[in-house]
Amino acid sequence: MAEPLIYELSRAGCPPFPLPDPDVPLSELPQGLTREDLPLPELPESEVVRHFVRLSQLNYAVDIGFYPLGSCTMKYNPKINEDAARLPGFAFTHPLQDPETVQGNLLLMYELQEWLKEIGGFAGVSLQPAAGAHGELTGILIIRAYHLHRGDKQRTKILIPDSAHGTNPATTSMAGFTMVKLPSDERGNVDLESLRAECDDTVAGLMLTNPNTLGLFEEHLQEVIDLVHGCGGLVYGDGANLNALLGVVRPGDLGFDVLHYNLHKTFSTPHGGGGPGSGPVGVCERLVDFLPGPIAAKVEEGDDEMPPLFGLIMPAKSIGRVKAFQGHFGVIVRAYTYIRMQGAAGLRAVADHAVLNANYLRVRLHDTYHVPYDRICMHEFVAEGRWDDAPQVRALDIAKRLMDYGFHPPTNYFPLIVHEALMIEPTETETKETLDAFARAMLKIAEEARRDPELLKSAPHETPFGRVDEVRAAKQLILRYQPESQG
Amino acid sequence: MEFPADLKYTENDEWIRLEGNVGTIGITDYAQEQLSDVVYVEVSVSVGDTVAQGDTFAAVESVKAAADVYLPASGKVLEVNEGLADAPELVNSDPYGEAWMVKIELSDPSELDALMDAAAYEKYCQERSH
Repeated sequence: MAEPLIYELSRAGCPPFPLPDPDVPLSELPQGLTREDLPLPELPESEVVRHFVRLSQLNYAVDIGFYPLGSCTMKYNPKINEDAARLPGFAFTHPLQDPETVQGNLLLMYELQEWLKEIGGFAGVSLQPAAGAHGELTGILIIRAYHLHRGDKQRTKILIPDSAHGTNPATTSMAGFTMVKLPSDERGNVDLESLRAECDDTVAGLMLTNPNTLGLFEEHLQEVIDLVHGCGGLVYGDGANLNALLGVVRPGDLGFDVLHYNLHKTFSTPHGGGGPGSGPVGVCERLVDFLPGPIAAKVEEGDDEMPPLFGLIMPAKSIGRVKAFQGHFGVIVRAYTYIRMQGAAGLRAVADHAVLNANYLRVRLHDTYHVPYDRICMHEFVAEGRWDDAPQVRALDIAKRLMDYGFHPPTNYFPLIVHEALMIEPTETETKETLDAFARAMLKIAEEARRDPELLKSAPHETPFGRVDEVRAAKQLILRYQPESQG
Repeated sequence: MEFPADLKYTENDEWIRLEGNVGTIGITDYAQEQLSDVVYVEVSVSVGDTVAQGDTFAAVESVKAAADVYLPASGKVLEVNEGLADAPELVNSDPYGEAWMVKIELSDPSELDALMDAAAYEKYCQERSH
């Protein structure tokens, strides 16, 4: 079933795939940057197409089936988003065009900024960051700039609960701060005593994912935020899980100072191999001047005769650019379309159904799969993939066996605070029939684990490829085609 | 799961074996079991370094997770197990033997008094499994 690499399919002397003539003037490249040979595969167009179509058919996608990959919000992406992004006025504009010739694009960016402000409860938004982790880094750099601008230089610590996203500690290090890990209490909330002990004038901020990676809404949210504000720190919100809150509660109203939005999760743009992300950042009033730019703005008010003029501006104390040009504009168009199609009531329904679906699955499964923090969850929940009477079976085996039933496995082994974690996020776009089918498969697998554990240990059996050797894949990294002659 | 009686244990799942004034250090059977297949070990201290209890001295990466490893005691690094870089799977197969990570000359052996003995550590692991 293995599909050869396109290099392996190549036959010397095949009529080459015709490349278009260059549409820009040619220029000489500096010496040392040129090469004599470029061993590209040689194949006719038909074989190239067949190769890639075959590859695509080996893949699994949200357009093929249920994809409950916790924390990733693999919701169905409406195709109208794609129609909008392909409109020639969006698709064939260039970021260096005179702003007067791209007023529609700028209006769209401006309106999306305004809507994200409204949805998140913030005073300003920048669409620049390229993805969620980039939005995080941007947010922490804004916090850093804010403290430095006030001359407050001893703030070197960022507090991070152990139920946070794994990118939070990486962001902290990249921004030059020291990370302090906060434990969770027995209900999955930030442990308030530990937080209190860390709150002093060296705290730059706290990074809080809410709902957290256990899918739980922080029950002491107000106390957590007040404690951090009380010692002069700022609160960064990881908005990756905003899907659960749309139209119900606004992070800005809760006291978050900075938040990143994942347009590719919450606002339904393709991700996970399907397209780039986009991680706009929203900030409260006192941080507006530090936003990265350029951001879209109304530079001249309109009147009865003339529409307003839109342009790009740099906030007064901006941390600068964090991305070339204007962010991932094609993704911005898709998210704009999604919000426009949903409307306010539709966004509220997204949150309602995301939470309802997750709780429905949690309750259908929690007698069979131990759920360590078993309370009303938000958009996802975390179960344990292990049983005392099936000692060989681990979460990984359950995940692999699910593929035989036609489902994408849930996230496994994250968050780390749950043993053999299976993190399940159904999203709002699934029907009850799909959820029931998934629950039946999970219950069946639990029976199989007792009756025939080997069936799970050697799964998947029905997929184009069987169990892959993850150890070898991690140890022997082969990141590009290596012709045999090069060994 | 093994809990050798001649070792002392930390809350972060390191072990130390004291022979004379020399401590041999690695990660426990429980730690390797939790990590699953280890694919990468990097020891970040060198022979001759002066190190303190609680310092990070190694990173271990498995197919599931990456974890820092901390020193159970202070002292001077005498030896580093260079073989682990090429054979990280030893951490899974022989955590208390061939997968030792560093040997240090202890500057204050009384630091070990605060660590857990085998019985206490076994109980600590059982508590965390539920």
